[in-house]
Amino acid sequence: MPAIEVRDLQKTFYVYRKREGLLASVKGLFHRDYKEVRAVDGVSFTIETGEMVAFLGPNGAGKTTTLKLLSGLVFPTAGEATALGHVPWKRENSYRRRFSLVMGQKNQLWWDLPAQESFRLHKEIYRIDATEFDRRLDELTSLLEVRQLIGQPVRELSLGERMRMELIAALLHSPDLLLLDEPTIGLDVVSQRRVQEFLKHYQAERKITVLLTSHYMKDVEALCDRAIIINEGKIKHDGPLEGIVDRFSRHKIMDLQFDGVSVPEDISQYGRVIESRPPRVKLEVPRNQIPEILSALLSRYNIEDVGVQERPLEEVIAEMFEADKSDKTAPAVEVTVGESR
Amino acid sequence: MLAAARVNWIILRTCLEERLVYRADFAFATLMRFLPIVTQIFLWGAIYANAPTEKMNGYSYGDMVAYYLLAMVGRAFSSMPGLASGIARDVRDGTIKKFLTQPIDMLGYLFWHRVAHKLVYYLVATGPFLLVFYLCRDYFTGWPDGLTIAAWIASLAMAFLMGFLIESLIGLISFWFLEVTSLLFIYMMINYFLSGHMIPLDWLGGFGEAVAYLPFKYLAYFPAAIMLGHYSPAELGFELCIELCWVIGLLIVNRITFARGVRRYGAFGG
Repeated sequence: MPAIEVRDLQKTFYVYRKREGLLASVKGLFHRDYKEVRAVDGVSFTIETGEMVAFLGPNGAGKTTTLKLLSGLVFPTAGEATALGHVPWKRENSYRRRFSLVMGQKNQLWWDLPAQESFRLHKEIYRIDATEFDRRLDELTSLLEVRQLIGQPVRELSLGERMRMELIAALLHSPDLLLLDEPTIGLDVVSQRRVQEFLKHYQAERKITVLLTSHYMKDVEALCDRAIIINEGKIKHDGPLEGIVDRFSRHKIMDLQFDGVSVPEDISQYGRVIESRPPRVKLEVPRNQIPEILSALLSRYNIEDVGVQERPLEEVIAEMFEADKSDKTAPAVEVTVGESR
Repeated sequence: MLAAARVNWIILRTCLEERLVYRADFAFATLMRFLPIVTQIFLWGAIYANAPTEKMNGYSYGDMVAYYLLAMVGRAFSSMPGLASGIARDVRDGTIKKFLTQPIDMLGYLFWHRVAHKLVYYLVATGPFLLVFYLCRDYFTGWPDGLTIAAWIASLAMAFLMGFLIESLIGLISFWFLEVTSLLFIYMMINYFLSGHMIPLDWLGGFGEAVAYLPFKYLAYFPAAIMLGHYSPAELGFELCIELCWVIGLLIVNRITFARGVRRYGAFGG
């Protein structure tokens, strides 16, 4: 059964275009130009119950706006959506009790009080049974290793500790849907990994539906099997993570180790050198020419070791967005809208 | 019903705890609010010392001090420092999101937050207020009857509700304009004059009678005037009913504004 169904969802904002300078500011008092920004432009997708899906895209792509629409924070300009069988922007309490929104850049806990005070308030707001509350709090604080910190004022916690407290607050009422917007933003590597491991474990145990936006591909690769890629408000790809590399990357990385101490000088004729540490070299080669290139290299040089890898997902996605930008600047070239369910 | 009462109680308790965190700043700010009261009493002393007659517009110096102190009690209930600007800030920076995604009523939450704010304020301010009233006891004619005191307490409770609803309404306008500082400044100016904070409204003659139809007089003038015996029992009942209508009307307008505001909310700030 789908947890989220979105059909042709649109959200348009009207943004004041302020020109530079004092004179323009004065003119702005009398007349203002507004630009129409289609933050979400006809987006459609379905997420099944228990899925953990990554929502990827560059800044301003429409990821967070879609999350805001699904959490009922903003009303759509057009289109339909249901989450857990509810229309999100109706903001029914029966829906709000079943989902959580965690925004990495926003603090929902009481800044000057210990996190346990916020948790106690959540217990009442979400009407959590006292025994169940104690059990969940115990479980979550132990999983996230913050049991000793819940009596400390939130302002005195590190960013990583605070984010873990935010997650506890978001999960105390055992939501069926978790919307995560950049949950690891600004965290150090250790904290990032701890949050990732926790989310993976929690989702596997509870089978809750998770929609995650993140700029860290490591988050995405560690947690999600499926990704929806959005750019300029439109869905560019919706499918398995591996599919992204297959579909959008025209190159692979060939890792070669030559016999001896050096790398042949003319190696660049086989592909773009992306790293050279003699006698090892990494080449970026066209996917469809790998057999020919490999055969040519093996027949010409003494090679001790060879490996062929996919390009990092991060690079492929970045390249995809760059390609979108170039397409926009070139007239008469239509931006292809990727598949969407 | 019981669950809602429990939520409100926990909100109140948590807000009280929060208010007490920065105790030094809070105590200092509360005590400093008495400074204008003292200077105002001296100012009226200077005005009356140079007045051609002992009474001005029916008020002697003692009447004026008594009025002013009682008006300040009304203000202690109706003033809502930081409420409108706080709502506007939350709308602007996106903090308001937590109220919109959780099963909680934002206005109800803000109300209990303000109750906590006031309770802590009264805890700190009661002592100094009592001292000032004791020092100025000769300017009061004595304790009024029970009915007047009951009406006064009701008027103070409704002054609190009215002050809360007016300021929250100004704050909610930030859904449209984001910045409400100027609007708030204008409101504070009008409030200072038309609530009877600056001078009693019956000093203003015909204009005072006209502005008495506005809600502002209930924020300071009306509670003070009750204690000074300006109203007959029949007038008291009538005025309290009108005040209640204002409260209900403002509550309805608040609810409508909130419902419309969140519809056009852009959820800026990440």
